[in-house]
Amino acid sequence: MDSGGGFTDLLQFIFMGLQRGSIYALVAMGFNIIYNATGIINFAQGEFVVLGGLMMVTLTMGFTFSIPFAFLITVLFVMAVGILMERFTINPVKNPTVLRLIIITIAVSIILEGSAMILWGKESHYMRHFSSDETFEILGATILPQTLWIIGILILIVIGFMLFFNFTMTGKCMRACAINRDAARLMGINDRKMVMLSFALSAGIGAVAGIIITPIIQMDFGRGTMLAIKGFGTAVVGGLGNSLGGLVAGILLGVIEALGAGYISSHYMDAIALLILLIVLFIRPSGIFGSSEASKLKEF
Amino acid sequence: MSKNHLELINLRKVFGGVVAVDDLNLSVRRGTITSIIGPNGAGKTTIFNLITGYLKPSGGIIKYDGRAVNGKKPYRVAALGIARTFQNVQIFSDMTVLENVMVGRHLRSHSGLLRSSLLPPFFRKEEKKISCDAEKWLSFVGMAEEAGRSAGSLPLGSQRMLETARALAMEPNLLLFDEPASGLNARETVAMGELISKIKEMGITVVLVEHDMELVMDISDTVSVINFGKHIARGTPAEVQVNPDVITAYLGE
Repeated sequence: MDSGGGFTDLLQFIFMGLQRGSIYALVAMGFNIIYNATGIINFAQGEFVVLGGLMMVTLTMGFTFSIPFAFLITVLFVMAVGILMERFTINPVKNPTVLRLIIITIAVSIILEGSAMILWGKESHYMRHFSSDETFEILGATILPQTLWIIGILILIVIGFMLFFNFTMTGKCMRACAINRDAARLMGINDRKMVMLSFALSAGIGAVAGIIITPIIQMDFGRGTMLAIKGFGTAVVGGLGNSLGGLVAGILLGVIEALGAGYISSHYMDAIALLILLIVLFIRPSGIFGSSEASKLKEF
Repeated sequence: MSKNHLELINLRKVFGGVVAVDDLNLSVRRGTITSIIGPNGAGKTTIFNLITGYLKPSGGIIKYDGRAVNGKKPYRVAALGIARTFQNVQIFSDMTVLENVMVGRHLRSHSGLLRSSLLPPFFRKEEKKISCDAEKWLSFVGMAEEAGRSAGSLPLGSQRMLETARALAMEPNLLLFDEPASGLNARETVAMGELISKIKEMGITVVLVEHDMELVMDISDTVSVINFGKHIARGTPAEVQVNPDVITAYLGE
């Protein structure tokens, strides 16, 4: 360990932080998409990640599907779960208040967690890495190829979503709906359909996060809650609803956590993230990148 | 096609114990500008909210093109060809001016949800066409140069023009203007009046709620006067101005 000295250690921690941070960023993006469409926090977001990971394990290790094919099937499966969740638990609510809907998402999260436990059992599931699991060195730091997959896929997703929200009519309509729902409905936009779409997209992103992290952390049914808390913290630190903020906050949180784990103690890893969340909430309740004006408009 | 483009029959809206719209009867002839005037709180904006589906009537019928449309959801009403503007402008402030108008083309774009989200954007001509159409409507209201600006950064007068361009981009048959001159200066009000007259010449039926009497009397074909949710007078601008009931409603006994 001491061969490369301080710089190598630092680089090692930063790579580890980027890997964790990418997952936080993806979970936060999922939170933000639904938040923008509905004004609610979907606490089942962590379960989308778990379902993505576990489904991928079954398809690749059980059915021995190829990774790209299993990837696609898994994302579509979890998107379907997201759509069903919206259709059967969110959409039928007669008098939807933010609090009511949030409690429903907590209920759905518990149901999904329980179902995952019944279907996949309580044990952790191993999954093979996308490419080799042999580490290689960059300036003395040892890196897993999977880490590069994670960072690369995060970048692709961010670019994909940027194109979707800025250069497609559906993306524009979703943004319009988030900015001013009344005016959007007046343009003939079916706002309920946009809400459904937001659940599908969030679930899809959650699935991707689960798929890419599972080779490294070994997925089990109970990981959703911690992922949701970290992802939610990320979204809040970045400013709720702010996608770019969520991305930067995710990476930042991941790196700070990794540095804390490396230089202080790995026991405090989760505490560090939550401490940052608290500090940000005390100093800037609207998040680092959120505007205080926008946060005044929020419903809770 | 019936002569009346829009017909309100015994329309009623009660909020708690307050009767906002009281068995109102009102008809709007195709291709004309009909103004609805009345003192503050007369229920004018409520009427627009009822027509566009934001509120459900407590009673009565709203007929559009001879068909009852009450109780339909706002996005369905929009699909029928009814557009509106708001007293407090409702634009998509975080989007560009052009994007605002593009969203107005939503109903006229043929790309379905899947097609428009899955195919790479650079392959699609549709997107380009929507953007061209949107530019056309921006030029129509004289805002072509502002296309790239953030809509929220525009002065109020321009935001009202943008809202109008966005409504026009829907290619509506009926356009409801809710106090289009409010907050505008004299010059901007004249420009808005000219724009509304131009819209009528395009064959679009216009219903106008407005407090600026000069504007109303200048451009309206018919003026309907509402007080306490009831229709109290109707006629040409000249007739309404000398109607004793109207004078009482505005000035008191």
